Amino acid sequence: MIRINDVSKVFKTKAASINAVQNVDLNIEQGEIFGIIGYSGAGKSTLIRLLNLLEVPSNGSIKIADYDMMALRGKELRKARQEISMIFQHFNLLWSRTVRQNIAYPLEIAGVPSAKRKARVDELIQLVGLEGRGDAYPSQLSGGQKQRVGIARALANNPKVLLCDEATSALDPKTTSQILDLLYDINQKLGLTIVLITHEMHVIHKICGRVAVMEDGKVVEQGAVLDVFRNPSEEITRAFVKQITENDESLEVIEDQLDDANGTVVKLTFIGERTEKPFVSELIRDVDIDVNILQGNIARTKDGSYGTLFISLEGSEDKVKAALAFLENHEVQAEVITHG
Amino acid sequence: MDEGFLSNVNWDNMLEATWETVYMSSIAIVFTFILGIALGLLLFLTSRNQLWSNPVINWITAAFVNIFRSIPFIILIILLIPFTVAILNTMLGPQAALPALIIGAAPFYARLVEIGLREVDKGVIEAARSMGSNQFQIVFKVLLPESMPALISGITVTSIALVGYTAMAGVIGAGGLGDLAYRDGFQRNNADVTLVATVITLVIVFIFQGIGDLLTRKLDKR
Repeated sequence: MIRINDVSKVFKTKAASINAVQNVDLNIEQGEIFGIIGYSGAGKSTLIRLLNLLEVPSNGSIKIADYDMMALRGKELRKARQEISMIFQHFNLLWSRTVRQNIAYPLEIAGVPSAKRKARVDELIQLVGLEGRGDAYPSQLSGGQKQRVGIARALANNPKVLLCDEATSALDPKTTSQILDLLYDINQKLGLTIVLITHEMHVIHKICGRVAVMEDGKVVEQGAVLDVFRNPSEEITRAFVKQITENDESLEVIEDQLDDANGTVVKLTFIGERTEKPFVSELIRDVDIDVNILQGNIARTKDGSYGTLFISLEGSEDKVKAALAFLENHEVQAEVITHG
Repeated sequence: MDEGFLSNVNWDNMLEATWETVYMSSIAIVFTFILGIALGLLLFLTSRNQLWSNPVINWITAAFVNIFRSIPFIILIILLIPFTVAILNTMLGPQAALPALIIGAAPFYARLVEIGLREVDKGVIEAARSMGSNQFQIVFKVLLPESMPALISGITVTSIALVGYTAMAGVIGAGGLGDLAYRDGFQRNNADVTLVATVITLVIVFIFQGIGDLLTRKLDKR
């Protein structure tokens, strides 16, 4: 669906030239949700703007659907943009227009007659769950509702691709979750290809199938989300994985507990593990060992469980060995932190 | 002549002068609004990193605006006499003051328009581009509607300056309240005429300000 070949973008200022994006190659398939993660300044915002030519690439080629983007000019480019929609971190709604009028804007641009426009707007309001808010102005809406308007507006002309520019970064965790659910639903229902950029790992693991990690304008790692997270090869990727498997707070708490713990403290890491089975109780039963749960931080998602669990194994050395073997057999990543 | 309060006021003349002031101001406001927005758009769009980014046109427009903004109005009226005669074929009556009023006020208003347009969120313009808007649509569906409260409060400020300008238009025989207050009031030592003309001018100013404030409040949905 999207073929990005050796694309670079250089910003020239009087003082220096900045290589915002360098030699990026990406292939994004029809109907997938593709995430691009990186810290601010990594070039991901520039990269996503190269896709719809809001920024013109310095070199390389970009093909989206049947469009050779860089060959398009004027009217053709504007036509193509109607099929490559975008939503934004700060929503970018027209405050002088109501919700309905905002959603109608792209339809006006596409020259849809007013009766059809009205019907389509009604449909979209329902799709994004904004029933009853049609005549409100953006200033009267919450952040989550504003982004819903943004999404409805982006979907108005039945695009083939949806570009999400940090679409949830200005929202609180609960609202982020709702917006991600909505994006996932839309992807499933409409088969829309979604490209999103973010600096938040949980956004990636919640809805993306594949991910590219960006640093200093380059894509340093890419692949299926689970593969990249299980075997991160770059330091930056490891740092992102840590965002969801552990947080600084839990480490501090565990350090205090380490001094008091009697047994062998083991850190279990879950990255998309299928831990449907109650393996802790099985461990206790099979190995006949005391297990003390010290601290845990586990999130379950469609692709399995993410997080860490600190447990203390209390028993004879043989039993502890057997317990570690048990964990290995169950494909749980276990790391012994201290021996009692 | 009667010595009573307001006895020197000729109400027919006062009414006619009021009408002339309202006429000159209103027509000038309408044309200043149109010309000012056109100039303001040109200033904004040709500036750096904007849609029509063009240093030469920007410089020429800015020079035109700055020059006409700097000439004292009383001198501008006289300088524009040949121009007025050329387009209106007359140098008499209230409409003879219009070219000078508009050319004096529009550059001032253009700067206010430019400031208003700069306030429009860049992200919104980017969003409009991402949806495939052409430049005409960006101007008329995004830039102007989004900056409308600023454009209206700007024309309100300008319209009050315009009422002040009309007082000077008497120099070229355009009439109006200022002219009446000067000739009938000051020169003939009829303080009451000056007083009444001043009060009516103030009322006109308050009405313009009131309408402007009301419109700005109604339009501002931020």
